[in-house]
Amino acid sequence: MSQNQISAAAKLDQADSRVRHDEGIAGAIRAFWDRVRSGDLGMLPVLVGLVLISVVFTLLNPVFLAPNNLVNLIFDAAAIGLISLGVVCVLLLGEIDLSIGSMSGLASALIGVLWVNSGLPVAVAVLAALASGAVVGLIYGVLRNRFEMPSFVATLSGLLALLGLQLYLLGATGSINLPYASPLVRFGQILIMPAWLSYLLALLPGLSVVLTGMGTMRRRRAANLSSAGLSVVLARAIILTVALVFCVYYLSLGRGVPWMFGVFVLFVLGLDYALRRTQWGRSMFAVGGNAEAARRSGINVQRIRLSAFVLCSSFAALGGVFSAARLASASQQAGTGDVNLNAIAAAVIGGTSLFGGRGSAWSALLGVIVIQAISNGLTLLNLSSSLRYMITGGVLAIAVIVDSLARRSRASHGRA
Amino acid sequence: MTTQATTHAGQKGELLLRLKGISKQFGAVTALSDIELDIHAGEVVALVGDNGAGKSTLVKVLAGVHQPSSGTIEYRGRAVSLSSPAAALELGIATVFQDLALCENLDVVANLFLGHEINPWRLDEVQMEVRAWTLLQELAARIPSVREPIASLSGGQRQTVAIARSLLLDPSIIMLDEPTAALGVAQTAEVLNLIERVRDRGHGVILISHNMEDVRAVADRIVVLRLGRNNGTFTAETSQQDLVAAITGANENAVSRRAARHQELTEE
Ligand SMILES: Nc1ncnc2c1ncn2[C@@H]1O[C@H](COP(=O)(O)OP(=O)(O)O)[C@@H](O)[C@H]1O
Ligand SMILES: [Mg+2]
Repeated sequence: MSQNQISAAAKLDQADSRVRHDEGIAGAIRAFWDRVRSGDLGMLPVLVGLVLISVVFTLLNPVFLAPNNLVNLIFDAAAIGLISLGVVCVLLLGEIDLSIGSMSGLASALIGVLWVNSGLPVAVAVLAALASGAVVGLIYGVLRNRFEMPSFVATLSGLLALLGLQLYLLGATGSINLPYASPLVRFGQILIMPAWLSYLLALLPGLSVVLTGMGTMRRRRAANLSSAGLSVVLARAIILTVALVFCVYYLSLGRGVPWMFGVFVLFVLGLDYALRRTQWGRSMFAVGGNAEAARRSGINVQRIRLSAFVLCSSFAALGGVFSAARLASASQQAGTGDVNLNAIAAAVIGGTSLFGGRGSAWSALLGVIVIQAISNGLTLLNLSSSLRYMITGGVLAIAVIVDSLARRSRASHGRA
Repeated sequence: MTTQATTHAGQKGELLLRLKGISKQFGAVTALSDIELDIHAGEVVALVGDNGAGKSTLVKVLAGVHQPSSGTIEYRGRAVSLSSPAAALELGIATVFQDLALCENLDVVANLFLGHEINPWRLDEVQMEVRAWTLLQELAARIPSVREPIASLSGGQRQTVAIARSLLLDPSIIMLDEPTAALGVAQTAEVLNLIERVRDRGHGVILISHNMEDVRAVADRIVVLRLGRNNGTFTAETSQQDLVAAITGANENAVSRRAARHQELTEE
């Protein structure tokens, strides 16, 4: 490297005197605030929204904040959350999948038919459900790539076709009960992580922040680049650890952390890594931002699209399996009603843009908790689903407005 | 570009690319017809012509963005099909497009390395950032931060990023479609210097520009396109008048008649 050209005093990335270089914790906070003001809101709106919703519902009915109610809430959140993870993938490309509800319903029907009715091992049934998701996603991808069919239309017809298949599979009875004592249903209804394990897992993110943070810092120093500074890394790790340990502690006052939710979070972490730290993830953002530019950079845009649709339908199928486990049944109602909209709303509320090119796996987690909190809070108030639909719809509208306004603000601040 | 081995560079004078009878139709519009063009290693070919002459279309054909309606492309004596931008890049043909083709939502580093990230399964951000800074410094770029999204950069800064990106893979042929249109004085000089450096290292360069001064400064040959056809090949010594005549097609003077004769000779 030709670093000898550069004066030793200036860091490689701090040579330009016009740029303010923020240092330390105060600097990190200032940089964050600048980003927010220019419309790069990230997770801020959803966190603020979550606090507001919690305060309102707790004032209306203190049971809302009871540990066991929250355990139930996150038990319920896992299935929709998984579906929403897939929605994040297609939204990142500026595409949409409207058939996720039907796909999840079809997956749960497959579980019922293959496992309970046909007596196949449960693992085989789950794999078959996932494979059906992958195939459906593949079809959407081909329709989009080969025939340039807008995903909106392709998945709308999928919505109906998959629902038909679900009803056909379930046949005359219309509903199949899953055995209560089976591992799958226990996973969906009772299995809780041991307390020691959940505390241990709560410590891991902070630890990994410190380790990777220090590693990056060392490498950046060696490469003559500026680095965030130990104080920032430590502060982030401490805040993260305190928050997580508090959550685990609070949930442990009730039943504890459900395995189902743990598995969901594991998928969130996996997708987050794939999106931020791999070439595939970079290509996803590139295609969502400017597909032609991505193509000219040598990215196989069609393959990226295919991967997104396959992931989306597969996550929807897995979400269907989870909700079958949660309800201990595969019924004609599975995946209908507000499932579709809730999963899409969760991703958008969490901060994934409908316009493509912006978003994160975390938006599925935060968004689904908001959706579930609303649903749970209204149920505690004995309000019917009619009101729930209206309020969820309103919250989605607000999220879309925030998304659009933030986009406009970013454009005027030159942040795309 | 001191940082990479010159893997793609050829022997000076080696024929890198030969276009034979390239035509391109967009529906009823014939953007290119029967284009002949040779590019040698260590040579700068300027492609000039009025707006709509088909320069960008030719570049896009060579970049794999458009498929030619007819004609053949030979790369180092071998017929190739540039069926996608990825195929062209793989052969070592890099392009700075007139319409810049950057992702506004990604930062400078991500744009530079798009499609060719270091360490695909665990992106090496540190190494990519170092390489980004060194590359941009070689181009004398004034970019305050490589961690800001492209949307926050000025037109000239974006242009520099696009040029830097074309150099990243150490291509054998670099095509620059009006690269200095948005650049300031110092930066234009820097880009021209760079073009010479790239040529001296044995790469072929195709430069499109409306600025005849720039073209004369660096071009070994000047190829004129007019209404989608070859309209003569000139050298830097050709007078301004002759060039303008060939570009605009004013056929009432001796110069353009000469140019036409010249073209007939080369086509036979
Ligand atoms: N994608 C396209 N679709 C239809 N016509 C096009 C397209 N691209 C270029 N053209 C036409 O081809 C001709 C040449 O354009 P272009 O190559 O951009 O010219 P230049 O770069 O020399 O100014 C123009 O008449 C233009 O309208
Ligand atoms: Mg042009």
